Parts: sequence; C-alpha cells; structure tokens
Amino acid sequence: MKNTIAERILDFLKDFPPFDVLEKEQLFKIAENVKVIHLEKDNFIFKQNEKPHLNFYVVKEGAIGLYRTMDNDQILVDICDEGDLFGLRPLIQNDQYLMSAKANEESLLYAISVEILKEIIKTNDKINKFLIASFATNIKTPYANKDRQLFDYEEISDSNLSDIQTADYSKNPITCTKNTSIKEAAQIMSTKRVGSILIVENKNPIGIITDKDLRLKIATGLISIEAKVTEIMSSPVITFPINITTAEAQIAMLKHKVTHLCITKNGTPNSKLIGVLSEHDIVVLHGNNPSVLVKELKRSKNINTLKYIRNKTSNLLKSYIEQHIPITFISKIISEINDVITSKAIEFSIEEMKSEPPVKFSWLALGSQGRKEQLLITDQDNAIVFEDVPEENYKTTKDYFIKLAKKITEKLNFVGYEYCPAEMMASNPKWCLSLNEWKNQFNTWITKPTEDAVMLCTIFFDYSVIYGDKNLVHKMSESIFKSIESYEIFLNFLGRNALRNPPPLGFFRQFLVENNGEHKDQFDIKSRALMPLVDAARLIALSHNLKDNNNTITRFEEIANAEPQNKDLYLNCADSFKILLHFRTKQGIENNSSGRYVNLNKLSKSEKLKLKGCFKPIKDIQDLLNIRYNLAQMM
Amino acid sequence: MIPFFSRKQYPKFWKDHLEKVNGNKKYGNYENIRFVVIDTETTGFDFYKDRILCIGGVAIKNNKILISDSFEIYIKQDVFNKETVKIHGIRRNGDEIKVTEEEALIQFINYLDDAVIVAHHTSFDIGMINQALKRLNVGPIKSRLLDTNYLHKKLSGTNPYKKLYSLDDLCEIYNVKMHDRHTALGDALLTAYIFLKITSKFKKNKAVNLNDLLATNYQLNR
Repeated sequence: MKNTIAERILDFLKDFPPFDVLEKEQLFKIAENVKVIHLEKDNFIFKQNEKPHLNFYVVKEGAIGLYRTMDNDQILVDICDEGDLFGLRPLIQNDQYLMSAKANEESLLYAISVEILKEIIKTNDKINKFLIASFATNIKTPYANKDRQLFDYEEISDSNLSDIQTADYSKNPITCTKNTSIKEAAQIMSTKRVGSILIVENKNPIGIITDKDLRLKIATGLISIEAKVTEIMSSPVITFPINITTAEAQIAMLKHKVTHLCITKNGTPNSKLIGVLSEHDIVVLHGNNPSVLVKELKRSKNINTLKYIRNKTSNLLKSYIEQHIPITFISKIISEINDVITSKAIEFSIEEMKSEPPVKFSWLALGSQGRKEQLLITDQDNAIVFEDVPEENYKTTKDYFIKLAKKITEKLNFVGYEYCPAEMMASNPKWCLSLNEWKNQFNTWITKPTEDAVMLCTIFFDYSVIYGDKNLVHKMSESIFKSIESYEIFLNFLGRNALRNPPPLGFFRQFLVENNGEHKDQFDIKSRALMPLVDAARLIALSHNLKDNNNTITRFEEIANAEPQNKDLYLNCADSFKILLHFRTKQGIENNSSGRYVNLNKLSKSEKLKLKGCFKPIKDIQDLLNIRYNLAQMM
Repeated sequence: MIPFFSRKQYPKFWKDHLEKVNGNKKYGNYENIRFVVIDTETTGFDFYKDRILCIGGVAIKNNKILISDSFEIYIKQDVFNKETVKIHGIRRNGDEIKVTEEEALIQFINYLDDAVIVAHHTSFDIGMINQALKRLNVGPIKSRLLDTNYLHKKLSGTNPYKKLYSLDDLCEIYNVKMHDRHTALGDALLTAYIFLKITSKFKKNKAVNLNDLLATNYQLNR
C-alpha cells in the first residue's frame, strides 16, 4: 500500500546519520514503523535509571535535553536537536538509562523500534560503525572499547592514494663488486642505460655510485677512472624492506638527502639486495612532488622563489588534505619544506651581511614549527642561540646576530610567515642570546615559575634546530633538563598551565545552551582541543626525560612506551590529535584562515560526532594530569 | 444477487462495526483508546453529487502516532470534477492503485475497528462516508466522533458558533509544519499532530477522558 507519511518520514531521516547509510528499503521499513510522539516543554521521555523502552528516539522538531542527576543537581549533558538520535545505547546493551531526557521546548519525536534496527545492524556494517562511535562518544571512553579503528575510519577510507601504497621499486638492480674499476662500472651503466650502480659484497649492498658521483669526482679529475669503485661510492647505503611505502621513501630521501634507496630482504644493509628505489620512480608516481619542491628550494637563488614554492606547498597541502593522506606524513613533508625555506632565508641573509657570523650559532624554530605541526602558514616564532664570547666582544656579537635576525624575519615575512605579534622572534634582543644567557633564562623560568614564565616555557621548550650548530642546542637542552631535575615542582606548574584551557568536552552543550555571546557560532579548536593535548604531551615527555622529539604525536607514542599502563590513553590522544590537526588544517584551507575558529553550524552531524570523539581522551588525560601533579591542591 | 444486500441482513463488515463500537469497554481508560485521525479527498462539496477520491487515516494510542497503523486508499471514479483536481492532484487515471468504492469502504470500516474518529470538520468527511455507505445500504457510521475544530474552540474559549477554524489556521496556531497538504493521509497526519497538541494542553489542567473530549462537540455525537 502507498504510504505518504512513511515516505515523508523517510525523507526526513535519510539526511541524518546513521540513517544516511541505510539502504532505501531498510529505511522505509524503519519509517513505516515510526511512532510520533509529541512532548510539551519540560516533560520527560525517560528518566535516569529507568528500564529501557522498546524504542529509541530521533528529534523531529524541538530540542531534548539529556540530564544526569548528581547529588540533587540536574546537570545538562547534551542537547539533541533536529535529527539527533538518543536513548539507543541502553536498548542495545540492555542497560538502564544513564541520563534523563526532557523536552527543553515543545518537541516532536520519532520513536523507532530497536528490534527493526537490530535486524538491520546484522547486515549493514556502516551503521554498526556509527553506533560504536556514538556509544563511545556519549557514554564510554573510546579506548575502553578495543576498537581503535574508531578514530580513523574516515581518514583511511580513501585509499586511492599512492603514498600509503607500497612503492614500486626497480627489481634486478645493476650491480658490480668492490673490485670493479670506475671505468668498468661506468661502462655497465651506459650499456644498461641506468643512472646508478650498486656495489655488492656477498649479495649485500655496500655502496652506490650515481651519475652525480661520476660528474663530481671523475669528470673533475679528482680521482682516476682506473681506481676501484670503492673510492667514490657513497657508503653505507640507506636500506629498507620491500614493503616500503612511497611516503616512507620520500621521507627517507629527504632525511638522508639521497636520491636512491636500496631495498633488501630484511631491510638492513646486511641482507640480500632486492631492488633500488630512485627518486625518479617516485616522481613518476606523483605529479606534485614534495621532494621536487625541496630540490627547487635548495637550488633557489632569491626569496621570490621561496615565496613561489611556499605557495605551491599550500596547493600540495590542499591536495593532501583532500586525499585524506595521513596527517603524520603531511606534517613531515610540510615541516621539511618550512625548514628548508627558513634555512634558505638564513643563507641569503648571511650573504647580505658584510661578514661571516663571528661565532657559531643556531636558529631555533619555536612553538608549532618547532613541533613540526605547522601546516598552514602561521606566525613566526623563532630564536637565536650563539656561542659564549668574552665580555668585551659580547655587544658586537649580539648586534651582529640581531641584525642578521632582522634580515631573516623580514624575508620570512615576505615569503608569507607573518611577524609574531608578541615579538617572539630572534630579532627581539630578548630572544637572541648567548648559550649561557639561555641557560640562565631557562633556569630562571624553571625555578621562578610565574604564570608568564610557564607560558614562555611552553613555547620555548618546543624548539628545534633549523640551521646552524646542533651542539650548542644540545648543551642548552642538557642544562634545561638539569634545572628541571633539581626543581621538580616546576612540572606541577607546567601541569597547572596544561589545564588552563577549559576542557573541550561539553563545549557543544555550552554552545547549544548559550543563546547569545560573542563566539556563539565558533569553536576555538586550537586552545580548546589542540593545545591541551600539546601541553599534556610536553609535560609527560619532560617528566620521562624524553627530549629528542618535540612532535606531539611522537611524544604521545614515546610516552605510551614509557608508561605501558596508560598506553591506550596516550595512543588515543595521539589519534585525537591527528584528527584535530587534520580538521583544523582542512578548516583553514576551506576558509582561507588559520583554521582556529570553527563554525559549528557548518559542520555535519558526523563531523561533530567525530570532534566529540576526540574530546574524550582530552578530558581523560587532563584528569590524569590533575591527579598526577596534585593540581587540585595547588589551585 | 449478493445475499448480504438484502434488507435485514447486513453485510459482515457492517455487523462487525456495530458490534465493536457498541460493545467497547476500553473507552474508560484513556491510554487504551485507539483514535483514528482521518481525512478524505473528494471531487467536491456536494454530499449527493460528489464522490470520495481517497481516504487517509492514522492511529493514535497513548499519545503516540502510530505510523505502522495508518491507512491510505484511492477510489475508482465515475463522477469526475476537473476543478478539484487542482487541489488534491488525484486525476481520474492517475498512478495510484485504485479500488471500487465498496472495496474501499469495507477496508476502511475494518481498519476503523473500535476506534474513536478524529478529523478536522468531521461532519463533512463523515457526511461523505455516510453517503457512500448509504449506496451500500448500510450506515451511518456509529463510531464516536471528535473534531479538532471544536476541540480547539473549547480549549481557546472561543464562542463555538463564532468562528470556523481551517486546518491551516490550526497548523499556524499550534506551530505544526505543513507538509503534504491536500493529500488525505498528509492532512490526517497534520490533524493528528494538532490533536496531540490539543490533548496535551487539556492534560495540563486535568486528566483527560473521552467524555470531556466528546463534550466539546455534542452536535456530532447526538
């Protein structure tokens, strides 16, 4: 029989998750059996601890508040508005209601029989995932649920990308032994028409010669063509196992500054050579290639090129985000490019100076660039540390570096990295200091942790060396850790700072309840969601003396190993961070902004749900910090 | 030719109807009462010349509209009025599966069961149905009748003789979004929403019972 109403209900439901993933017949079956309920304002649908009904509910019109009663207080936990679903979990898990549902305004609800849904769940995998996700969001911590896939099921949904595909390497590489002469090797290369030859010993690769070696070392007459290949080969070679992905290969090439990788049986140089993966192989695979960009950068002669490439990088970023390429890979690529641009800006600036730097120095990237999480172009945050000099030379030395820093920051500004409004830049005399001055500065911050000092620490602790002498920075780091060790209460202050941001879980409830206010429609994803994770990762990593990595994701992975009892929590934090960073970057690209403020009205239900899922670990890690650092007592 | 068309012998569906409506004991408990909200689309407003095109109905029980307990039927036409096609969109040879008037009425009366009928301007819909029943030598319908027009007037305290509220008026007053206006089932659903809203307002003052509701339109249930 024709059923006009059921069709109309179907029309309504089909736009909302999880109904949007149902087959039409399945949804029609649901629609046909809907019961429509009208509620006056302040009437209850169910109350906390009540036995579950036979139906769950979808809001057709109006708004339903979910409340938890605690010590005679009714705490508003969430508000469901048009299209929101509630009261399902207790039905499936056969548990009593954990919250009360009350009409906050006059409402119409669709009551849907759980039995019909159960039938559908059996055959529809997507709805199953939705339900797991929504239970995790509303009631349970996601990691209590062993399905860690929960967080990234959307992220990996499009696997048409080449980066996480296994890279296609050349099998049967051209080889010679270490007794071959350079001339013979060159002849083999030209007959086989290849640009590289591997030197093997017992089938294991020990070195490589490329066209470039022949050009630089032979054609220039530096070495005789009769010499053995071992004279000019690059050794050791960078090796990987056969399942290397294109992404890994690109990163390895960037990192080791090589153009060829050897594929060996077990991935170490001490096993049989199986193939060679050249940069060219990857270029073929990728149109828009980051290592090509980096190469162009390295060849660049002026800042206009830097600016051009930074713009190109934005396009690359955009396509990566659209293709759902894993955020860890994206951030590695983009940070590498940022770092090379900065290095180039420094090189150009040194050239412009009348003399070479008087002493060794390091250029530090701070904050998000230091953590290698800067995807969209944001402000510059940087500093200089230079070698200690005798007092009589101090002024001239410092003047030199400030002048240099001014040139560098100007260039970076031209490229697109705007000046830091808080002047946290090396051109500021406060942040262009000698090694000893920095040691003292950090020591003062650590032993006199005023609110400002702690805030500065959070920025300056996340430094990474972009250019210059690494040893200087290493000494600085050691001194910092010594200071922290001898003044451990500092970590408590850092902990207090980490909790300064209001917990994000429940932001949506706030958003929905508040009918006015300045940021009514906007969510500050940076300070409410990303920073709490960044701060927590830094604090816990510091407490474990883990100083080699500043990247938040890596920090979480490291502390997960250091504290196996909290492994799930930390890995979930890492996952949340990935999703949030991806999300912010996407927002930034779409709105051509920093992506910091999110317009919630423009988000789809599933995006909101995904965000909420990310907030759960944030709350949990903040609880952990609270207990661990006795923060309640300090506040 | 068919035995139940003889004078004293009512057809089965009608005998069932009389029995169910007369002997119903469930009316005492409001939560158990099955209300059926109906609407008809017709070729016009003349009880004698015009015919029913479509009957739609949806049930309400314990303050819930039961979509699974709904009814929608289209009737084959001899009489046809071009003018009203514009309103209800039912053409003489449209796509809907149509049955004879007799078949439609039998199905409808069976669907009604012991329900209390709710409609908007009930006397018109029931009048049309009664005329059709008369053509089958049965009727008039014995179900108890409610009219959202009168229910509203009682609730709002307006003089019952003063104003006639249209369905559109009530949708506006009770903030019901209008969908599928001028399809029988669509209008029935709108009326059902209004009925739920009105009865919940009645409930605010005191417990509702059927007699209170029936008292709002004694004209219909004389």
